[in-house]
Amino acid sequence: MWGILGRRAVDGGLSASSLRRMRSGLVSARSYAAGSKEMTVRDALNSAIDEEMSADPKVFVMGEEVGQYQGAYKITKGLLEKYGPERVYDTPITEAGFTGIGVGAAYAGLKPVVEFMTFNFSMQAIDHIINSAAKSNYMSAGQINVPIVFRGPNGAAAGVGAQHSQCYAAWYASVPGLKVLAPYSAEDARGLLKAAIRDPDPVVFLENELLYGESFPISEEALDSSFCLPIGKAKIEREGKDVTITTFSKMVGFALKAAEKLAEEGISAEVINLRSIRPLDRATINASVRKTSRLVTVEEGFPQHGVCAEICASVVEESFSYLDAPVERIAGADVPMPYAANLERLALPQVEDIIRAAKRACFRSK
Amino acid sequence: MALSRLSSRSTTLLQPLATTSLLRRRHISTDTTPITVETSLPFTSHLISPPSRAVETSSQELLSFFRDMALMRRMEIAADSLYKAKLIRGFCHLYDGQEAVAIGMEAAITKRDAIITSYRDHCTFLGRGGGLFEAFSELMGRTTGCSKGKGGSMHFYKKDASFYGGHGIVGAQAPLGCGLAFAQKYSKEEAVTFTLYGDGAANQGQLFEALNIAALWDLPAVLVCENNHYGMGTAEWRSAKSPAYFKRGDYVPGLKVDGMDALAVKQACKFAKEHALKNGPIGSNHHAFAFVFEQILEMDTYRYHGHSMSDPGSTYRTRDEISGVRQVRDPIDRVRKLIIAHDIATEKELKDMEKEVRKEVDAAVAQAKESPIPEPSELFSNIYVKGFGAESFGADRKELRATLP
Repeated sequence: MWGILGRRAVDGGLSASSLRRMRSGLVSARSYAAGSKEMTVRDALNSAIDEEMSADPKVFVMGEEVGQYQGAYKITKGLLEKYGPERVYDTPITEAGFTGIGVGAAYAGLKPVVEFMTFNFSMQAIDHIINSAAKSNYMSAGQINVPIVFRGPNGAAAGVGAQHSQCYAAWYASVPGLKVLAPYSAEDARGLLKAAIRDPDPVVFLENELLYGESFPISEEALDSSFCLPIGKAKIEREGKDVTITTFSKMVGFALKAAEKLAEEGISAEVINLRSIRPLDRATINASVRKTSRLVTVEEGFPQHGVCAEICASVVEESFSYLDAPVERIAGADVPMPYAANLERLALPQVEDIIRAAKRACFRSK
Repeated sequence: MALSRLSSRSTTLLQPLATTSLLRRRHISTDTTPITVETSLPFTSHLISPPSRAVETSSQELLSFFRDMALMRRMEIAADSLYKAKLIRGFCHLYDGQEAVAIGMEAAITKRDAIITSYRDHCTFLGRGGGLFEAFSELMGRTTGCSKGKGGSMHFYKKDASFYGGHGIVGAQAPLGCGLAFAQKYSKEEAVTFTLYGDGAANQGQLFEALNIAALWDLPAVLVCENNHYGMGTAEWRSAKSPAYFKRGDYVPGLKVDGMDALAVKQACKFAKEHALKNGPIGSNHHAFAFVFEQILEMDTYRYHGHSMSDPGSTYRTRDEISGVRQVRDPIDRVRKLIIAHDIATEKELKDMEKEVRKEVDAAVAQAKESPIPEPSELFSNIYVKGFGAESFGADRKELRATLP
């Protein structure tokens, strides 16, 4: 098959796509080496909102407990004191109402940052996110754009049970007109949230409660108030040549741990942090798979019709002849989240699962 | 003034008609001398003193009411024909019978005040300054439509006139409208938002959520319930435990208005706008006096057509009821009678005006019929303001895909 020959030629030489990925890999190495500062994801988010509120008087924050309580997860800490009650609004527990009000304010040109205490509660307001926000620019042929950000913790926490643990990435990312972002590191949190707030379109910003307290090295560049990350571009967290692992949010950390373990066994894994679920960076994913010829795609959410399914489809459509093994999916279990700790552990992807799948893709195990 | 007019009228009745027209007629289009007319019914109120029944108007205003309502009526009837001819597809919700609400409201507010409504939005769009040609083009899915053919009947917008649509989800416009009011207050605009919804939407939870926040945060929002007594096929008494919609705001003052009387609508909207913009001693002590800026205006109105073009409108109400309202309460006829009674124009002049309106509508329909359909590339336009080079796909993604700028 010419596909194999074609691939060998690419492997032998330096294609434009591999050059591009090498460059981005170098940039990430540089930022990690030079950054002597560390920042928690919580502080990263807080500083991003603070700076964007300072830069643009149209930006305001709205949600339950975001003001006087300093934020249920302290993401909006200090903002009420700094900007006053005309910029930071505590809402009643009425998601449908306050989300609709936020979207209406965005219709009129303001820039609301609406917090859902968790994205599970966004289901009460989902009509406004989809029908009032996502579709308006299209239905009005460009007259009504909606520069709103819906943000909050998404996915599983620890021991919070079935109604408080769902991941909404796949649901929101299927909707044209929305942008869906999922940060991992502190740099991601700052750069993507700033980009989201500045963006003229509705953005669903999926954070993770368990990442809030985690510290990451952060570069001087990322600390600058004008720092912004591009929407729609994935980041290669770790370069590799044997298998591509794609994932987002908390699972990036798991994938990196898996890559360490795999390296000890001679498997070089390339870890891609999606950062943007919609638009999905199919180009980076496919370029990586064309290099490694094997794919393990990882997410925390339910497996059926998930983000992994979309990535698998994309790779099968665009890079079929480059695949040396079936695409592997590691996702949350196909069950409502149980409470018992051992069952919860079984319901979520663990590092061992990612390692096992990578080995399967490399034909090192059944 | 009224008395002297009455007596002069009685004397003209004894004089030959020719002299009457020379001596008594004022110039019909530009006279703004105030005329005071009483509303057909008194206002019923909740938690507030109602405005006076005496409404100030003028010849100019009454004639413009007549003409604009006649235009709206003609447009909706034309849309009915186009739908039956299959030139309009999907959903088409007509407003004929309810014109007085759109017209009376416009007379009380400016284009800086915002309006948001449901899917029954064609006449609201016209009231905000939208054109017949853009309306018919949109209905027929042409690129010359107000939403370039991308929206359809339920999604007319005119942002430069503060008209924010046109919404297909029942009740969604209630919080959205309160959000528009929020933005007006945030930007210190001295303007008000009128959020229209129907008796069907009046039971929606999100409406009460939005009302609660609007009252809590003193938003300049006026909620207008266009009560045409039927939520699709369900009469108000079958869907609302309390169909006194103007009272349903509880702590929010309300007014019940004869929605078939354009002057009553104008008076109520003017009253509500002033109330919503009130500042000063009462405003600053509002927490102490539980002063609420919002109001609910319940417009008692009626739609002649069914809920939409798919609904004959006669399975849940009698034809007698429909024709009864048409005979006794038709909003255009009411203004026609007022104009004739005040000697502003003759019956023939008004009929001529209606003929002109009909020609205008027919011309717009003809022009819209000739307009082009959107280019296939429009499938992918306006998904985002900034697409960042993302890709979008057609049904066969290997055949049809686009890069979003």
